[in-house]
Amino acid sequence: MSTDTTNQSSRPGEPDAQHDSIVGRGNREGSRLFRQWYEELTTAPERGEKAAYVFVMGSLAELLNSFNLNLVFPEINGLQTAVRHVSESYITQAEDYGYNSDVCGYVKADLGLQLRGGDHPMGRIPRPDIAVYTGACNTYIKWAEIWERLYGIPIFTLDVPGPRAAGRLPGRGHVDYDNDLRYVAGQIEELISVLENVTGTRFDVDRLREAMAYANTMTTAWVKILELNQSRPAVYDAVTDGTSYLGVANGFRGRPEGARYFEEVLEELEYKAATGIGTSHDQRHRLAFVGVPCYPIYRRFSEMFTERGGVFVGSTYTWFASGGWNSGYLYDLDNPLESLAEGTLITSREAMNDMFHADRLLADMVEPFGLDGVVFHGIKSCRTVSSGLADSRRAVMELADVGTLLIDSDHMDPRSVSEAQIKNRVDAFFEGLETRKLLAAAGEPEGSRR
Amino acid sequence: MTYAAGVDVGSTQTKAVIIDGDLRIVGRALIDTGSSVTLAAERAYEIALTEADIREEQDGVGYIIGTGYGRYRVTFGDSQTTEISCHARGAVHMFPGTHTVLDMGGQDTKAIKVNPNGEVLDFSMNDKCAAGTGRFLGAASAALEIPLDDLGPTALLSDRPVKISTTCTVFAESEILSWLGKGKKTEDILLGVHQSVGSRALALLRRVGIEREVTFTGGVARNSGMVEVISGLLGFPVNYSEESHFMGALGAALFAMDRIRSRQVPAMTSEA
Repeated sequence: MSTDTTNQSSRPGEPDAQHDSIVGRGNREGSRLFRQWYEELTTAPERGEKAAYVFVMGSLAELLNSFNLNLVFPEINGLQTAVRHVSESYITQAEDYGYNSDVCGYVKADLGLQLRGGDHPMGRIPRPDIAVYTGACNTYIKWAEIWERLYGIPIFTLDVPGPRAAGRLPGRGHVDYDNDLRYVAGQIEELISVLENVTGTRFDVDRLREAMAYANTMTTAWVKILELNQSRPAVYDAVTDGTSYLGVANGFRGRPEGARYFEEVLEELEYKAATGIGTSHDQRHRLAFVGVPCYPIYRRFSEMFTERGGVFVGSTYTWFASGGWNSGYLYDLDNPLESLAEGTLITSREAMNDMFHADRLLADMVEPFGLDGVVFHGIKSCRTVSSGLADSRRAVMELADVGTLLIDSDHMDPRSVSEAQIKNRVDAFFEGLETRKLLAAAGEPEGSRR
Repeated sequence: MTYAAGVDVGSTQTKAVIIDGDLRIVGRALIDTGSSVTLAAERAYEIALTEADIREEQDGVGYIIGTGYGRYRVTFGDSQTTEISCHARGAVHMFPGTHTVLDMGGQDTKAIKVNPNGEVLDFSMNDKCAAGTGRFLGAASAALEIPLDDLGPTALLSDRPVKISTTCTVFAESEILSWLGKGKKTEDILLGVHQSVGSRALALLRRVGIEREVTFTGGVARNSGMVEVISGLLGFPVNYSEESHFMGALGAALFAMDRIRSRQVPAMTSEA
């Protein structure tokens, strides 16, 4: 396979004028928006604005934005401390406070943040005025109770019914689905009353509709972006670039900046696909990633793959950490409240499905995305996303003829990350991938590779 | 005559092997890794050269591959390959009927599925915890004050093994002491320790799928008690030999000989 990431034959001559302005724009603009978001959070109290603490799965950003609430994502705050190599300080502060080492690293980093008055490498995080969350991750519920005890704020659990069985989601017209939808819609009505009390503002359905329209634009682009990485070469790395996109997808959902950003990212990636421009490194092995990135050694972790010619063309993280919006659900703006309930129901279940039943979805990616391998990354302090990964790996190997790798580390705590051990496994994984290609080139029967 | 060398720098011990053009081992070395990884690699290589009675500059060691955790510190080597690939290659060379390899070292235990060419099809390793590795046996050795080499033979004297419940290497010592406090015999405790380690290894083997023949490699394969326990758990005998400890270095040397013969750079190893 070619190691050249640029298909020169499809882009003869000098790069056109569009090239310099468009290529890399998504990452540059994403960084700017990210800084803007944390600046907004830092100055929110000065402006007399309130903050809602939410999570990436089931954030209800459209509804909260319609009440002019600033959105705080403690998961994103946490991972930012890890990427900036200061998470251990926050985590140990929480452990000193009495939290067990087995508690989720995000929770402990957030508690450390609260104990030091919101002081964060990106700015100052405002205290919550309300917390809104689903049960998509069961830790969310106990996590919010910490803020309830610390600040005496209202917390709202939106109970979203999950799948009935492995990967099976009842759809429209099914009695279970109709009951689930009514159940979620009723809770959203209840939540609106709570939000009116917290903000002192009346619910404005037109503002909600406006936010939902922005979200629809973002969702439409997001689905196309995920599909675009079927391109050869891949136009972005789903773990590094994909995670940058996710930051904006969560922080700016339901806002005009978010909608515009994703239209521009889509335009950039379509341009790259059309002109054969890939990522900035060699692409010899097309991979899918399963789980949460290894943020304590974020850059090094990525390099372990790129320096051996690996590129992540897909990632389940871009599914569940987008809140399940990879499902492509678009709001019906003529029925905003019912559609908000339906979107919340579908995307929350989608996110859970993407975590717990990814094997079939991954196997289905193999052909269109040209997958050579799948990397499973289990993290010590989150059993929700890590349970069953070994089984999932085995299932993928039975469903598809791809190499697989299972790594154990953590998404937050550097004390649970052993770079040398990860490197050893990654190197062996690539040696195996090369072997598979050599065997395939030599015409070995498929059975010999199993 | 052209020779090829493999240097396996493990967490506990460093091994070096030199092979000749007929793929026979003509020199080997085994030393403690100690605190200087590079120095250990150099010393092991020099010892192996001496044993082979060859001088590098005259007889020509055509290619050297570093493997093991310290592979990138084999500064005189030509390239590196992980010990996973090397143990697989070495095991199949030594026992051509091998389909599954169990490599038990100081801090890692690996189950490796291989094809008839010794190429890795799948592998599974212990996570960051040292349970189920040689370190666990080291803890028992320290707690019972029995030399490592005597652990296996002593364990095999037992017919009533105790149940070691902890999987934590650190806590193993206190559990062993508590069994001693209850008056249990040393051999019964030791067999329990071996069975605990063996059951962890078996779980790893199941992850890649157990297919006969199974070849046992790594430093712990020198332990007769562990060989017996693993064979017992599998229900059939495993392959092992006096060379088991050198299997990673042997595999590296075989890859190095490939390089010499092909005089091209196979993609599966990274050049130094």
